[in-house]
Amino acid sequence: MAEPIIEVVNLNKQFEVKAKNASWFRKPAPVKVLSDISFTLNEGETLSIVGESGCGKTTLGRCIVRGMSATSGKVMYYPEEGEPTDFLQAQGSQFKKLRKDIQMIFQDPYSSLSPRMSVYDIIAEPLVANFKLSKRELDDKVEAIAEKTGLNVSFLKRYPHAFSGGQRQRIAIARALISNPRLIVCDEAVSALDVSIQAQIINLLKDLQEQLQITYIFISHDLSIVRNISDRVAVMHLGRVVELAPAEEMFANPKHPYTEALMSAVPQPDPDAKMKRIILEGEVPNPANPPSGCHFHPRCPYRTDKCKSESPQLREVADGHYAACHYAEELQLKGVQSAAGGQP
Amino acid sequence: MARSKNPNGIQGNVTMKIIPGLRKNRVQDVRSAAKQDVEYSSQWKLIYKRFKKHKLARISMIVLGLLYFGAIFAQFIAPYSLESYDSKYVNAPPMTIRFVDADGKFHIQPFVYGLKSARDPETMRKIFQSDPEVRYKLQLFVKAEPYKFLGLFKTDIHLFGVEQPGRLFMFGTDSMGRDLFSRIILGSQISLSIPLVGVGISFVLGILIGGVSGYFGGWLDSFIQRIIEIIRSFPTIPLWMALSAAIPPRIPVVTMYFYIVIILALIGWTDLARVVRGKFFSLKNEDYVLAAKISGVSDSKIIVRHLLPGFLSYLIVATTLAIPAMILGETTMSFLGLGIRSPATSWGVLLQEAQKIENVSLYPWKLIPLGSVIVAVMAFNFMGDGLRDAADPYKR
Amino acid sequence: MTQAATRSDKPLLSVKDLKIQIQVDGGVMKAVDGVDFEIRKGRTLGLVGESGCGKSLTSRAIMAINPKECETSGQIEYVSTEGKPNQSVDLLSLNPRGKEIRAIRGRKISMIFQEPMTAFSPMYSIGNQIMEAVLIHRTKNKKEARAITLDMLSKVGISDQEKRFEQFPHEFSGGMRQRAMISMALSCNPELLIADEPTTALDVTIQAQVLELMKSLQQEFGMAILLVTHDLGIIAEMCDEVAVMYLGKIVEQGTVKEIFSNPKHPYTRGLMRSMPRLGGNKSERLESIEGSVPLPVNMPPMCGFYDRCPERIEGVCNKRSVPNTEISDGHTVRCFLYTDREEGE
Repeated sequence: MAEPIIEVVNLNKQFEVKAKNASWFRKPAPVKVLSDISFTLNEGETLSIVGESGCGKTTLGRCIVRGMSATSGKVMYYPEEGEPTDFLQAQGSQFKKLRKDIQMIFQDPYSSLSPRMSVYDIIAEPLVANFKLSKRELDDKVEAIAEKTGLNVSFLKRYPHAFSGGQRQRIAIARALISNPRLIVCDEAVSALDVSIQAQIINLLKDLQEQLQITYIFISHDLSIVRNISDRVAVMHLGRVVELAPAEEMFANPKHPYTEALMSAVPQPDPDAKMKRIILEGEVPNPANPPSGCHFHPRCPYRTDKCKSESPQLREVADGHYAACHYAEELQLKGVQSAAGGQP
Repeated sequence: MARSKNPNGIQGNVTMKIIPGLRKNRVQDVRSAAKQDVEYSSQWKLIYKRFKKHKLARISMIVLGLLYFGAIFAQFIAPYSLESYDSKYVNAPPMTIRFVDADGKFHIQPFVYGLKSARDPETMRKIFQSDPEVRYKLQLFVKAEPYKFLGLFKTDIHLFGVEQPGRLFMFGTDSMGRDLFSRIILGSQISLSIPLVGVGISFVLGILIGGVSGYFGGWLDSFIQRIIEIIRSFPTIPLWMALSAAIPPRIPVVTMYFYIVIILALIGWTDLARVVRGKFFSLKNEDYVLAAKISGVSDSKIIVRHLLPGFLSYLIVATTLAIPAMILGETTMSFLGLGIRSPATSWGVLLQEAQKIENVSLYPWKLIPLGSVIVAVMAFNFMGDGLRDAADPYKR
Repeated sequence: MTQAATRSDKPLLSVKDLKIQIQVDGGVMKAVDGVDFEIRKGRTLGLVGESGCGKSLTSRAIMAINPKECETSGQIEYVSTEGKPNQSVDLLSLNPRGKEIRAIRGRKISMIFQEPMTAFSPMYSIGNQIMEAVLIHRTKNKKEARAITLDMLSKVGISDQEKRFEQFPHEFSGGMRQRAMISMALSCNPELLIADEPTTALDVTIQAQVLELMKSLQQEFGMAILLVTHDLGIIAEMCDEVAVMYLGKIVEQGTVKEIFSNPKHPYTRGLMRSMPRLGGNKSERLESIEGSVPLPVNMPPMCGFYDRCPERIEGVCNKRSVPNTEISDGHTVRCFLYTDREEGE
């Protein structure tokens, strides 16, 4: 039952940046951080968005939750009851109602919790802001959510600085969950944590998804985690989605050279794996100065002249599998070996 | 800021620099009472604890406590009132309180010698010498000139005094025969209260204007910042002179007081406004502010709950450090005759006598009010430093 | 991996019973508590652990660049294979500000850091800063030094060397700065390169470039590498030997092949199981290690991993400090589960 929950339509975001030689007369060149992003997200699934720095994934997340204003485009939200509306345009009381459904968890557990509020207050804040609840009701809800996220209820009156990174992230999750959202955007939610703690939080997120039927947009740069947690994956490069496919399909059969290179670059914890790695030449491109045509062409091992001049569109090359490459059908790209390798 | 033993505790600055990864770890099962304290304490408690460790700041706080205590109970502590003068004892030197008399006998009750005047044969100047023949005993809770304690009730009891017809001039007298010690203590009421009131006004103005500037940004911010720069580029003394000249000559002391406070505050708010604006800018973009916005918290609640506490500690520090400037400002104005006028007095007014070279060279005790200004300014500075050190290291 | 390394009779670097303590409010923090390892010429040792395990402090102790709050004890024996044969010096005995350690730093042992932006001064050009090291250690002739620097820049894959020489750190991208830092570290042909999380701050495709570069440079220059990281994947790719650290102690040590195929310590096993892998089954539930890392302050003698260990033995593991047991040739474990057995299974 693939019911859509949001549909992003042609989302664009550009920043006005003062170029080095801007003057009163010359308009500064805008930096396009997001170019025509479109995809549909289904209820209950986890869509991961991966990419390197400058690809715009964090900006995309923030635009979707309206933490940042998009330059143009729509985010159609399908509420449980009622007609789908453009979340970006919602105002007033309608906005207030809808906004509870879409929440966010941030990357840095040290700056996403207000240092001068007790943990209890931090978790309760979304409820306090949106509902009128008695102290008793508030207590019950906060304690319930704290238990769900693995926090010790007796520590709730303490301040964030008393908690470790993993615990702080749990607090952030509790805060995001308390207003019963349907969609949570996790912006690199585990990247700042140690490996053993990452596993705890990822498991927690998966459990919560099962219990509460939450949809996730999981933004990350770590492909291994993405492999573990996603139903579908979108790969972004310089403000564009270059590949979008179900996770298994994409990891086994990538259709975009960038995806292939990304997967090949990840160091594998298996000393025997003799992978011939694809090492890309050159630097990660600068969004302020994007290459012509296909933005990836300077680093692409398969580039042709066409790639320099024509920008490829994101199109369906196999069932549910989209890629933005002129040669997506022809290229035989290497995926990840699904060999059962090295679990002690 | 590294001291030999790390006094800042587990979250201290030095430890964080050594082991950046350590920040991520906190004790779950508490192993010591010290750690338990840290975990339960709010920000303020932590700051207070750190402040307590700063020796200089603690001493300064005690000094300031004494100074303000003296200011509140000034009329009680001063042996003489502002109006009292004795033309017999003009420019008398400070008297020593003694326990042992000229014969070597020890007395439990302290006393002072009498003052006898003579004329210097060469300069024809009146000079005073202490007369060991006459002894006046020091007494506690004497009845002397009546006064209204803090304007509340009438009484005539002073903390100490000397039996009649003796005089007690601990810091000497001025050119009208007025006891300097009493005048310094009484003057402290004005010198120490004007800065507080002035800083209070600056505080409010600073938060409002700085807050608007920082939160909204854009052209409003630029506009306000330019105004601040214009105000700051005025040379202060001529500005004060101009403003003070605009004050009508014969007005009640209280009104004069407020005029001066306002003049000082109008210049002083700019510093605080800039601190507030800067802090707003940096805090506005913190993740937790965005998180609150996404949770649906209203703008005003964000400012009060998230932003304001973030820089309250900075504000307190900036305010504490703004007080010395006001002390000096009021002292300067009064010194130049632009400030407090008689019958009220402040340390600045007392220092007017020091404008004449003869006073400084012949009667150096007239510079003692300078000492009280220095002590007060330094005490506030040290306390402000201590506060800043205590509040700052919490910032990651 | 290196070309067949010839084993000299003494290891290049021997760390013996290294301890680093710091005074904190609650007591004494034993950030590094008795660490022993060896690095042989031309080989790569990985030091792996999560935050707070003490790996960075350990690596910096070799260069004596820890802040003075760190009270260091133990021995770090360095046997240079150049010059006088087999002459060893205890690096910890040297004055951290003295001439002797400065002659070693940058010349015999050099270091690259995680954040290349802060490793370079923003006030001087990159070329200038690299040249500085060359002028100190290799030649006093400016022309010669410049030529050496340009050569190094090209060796690390920075094209357009003349232009790049004059540029400032902020004009370089993250990956290029890291390359510049590597070229600076290698400009004086050191015997040992210490790399402290060299690629953590880089994008994954750039990381691949830099790791590849380090491998090829090791082939060319033949230096030993001490690689400090939290990423087991990098260890598997780059290292010959690995030491796993937890709470200031090395809990397991051995060749990479051995440790990855036969991990013995519960922490090592937990770490490997909690890592999501690119190859392997999707949506298998990751096994995590419960709890989080405590602070090593005022800890009684016991196993530091006790509170989180799924195989802990009450009464044994929390009563005494754990001895190091050799399981097989070169493979040691610090765990009570193995103390009875002397030879491995």
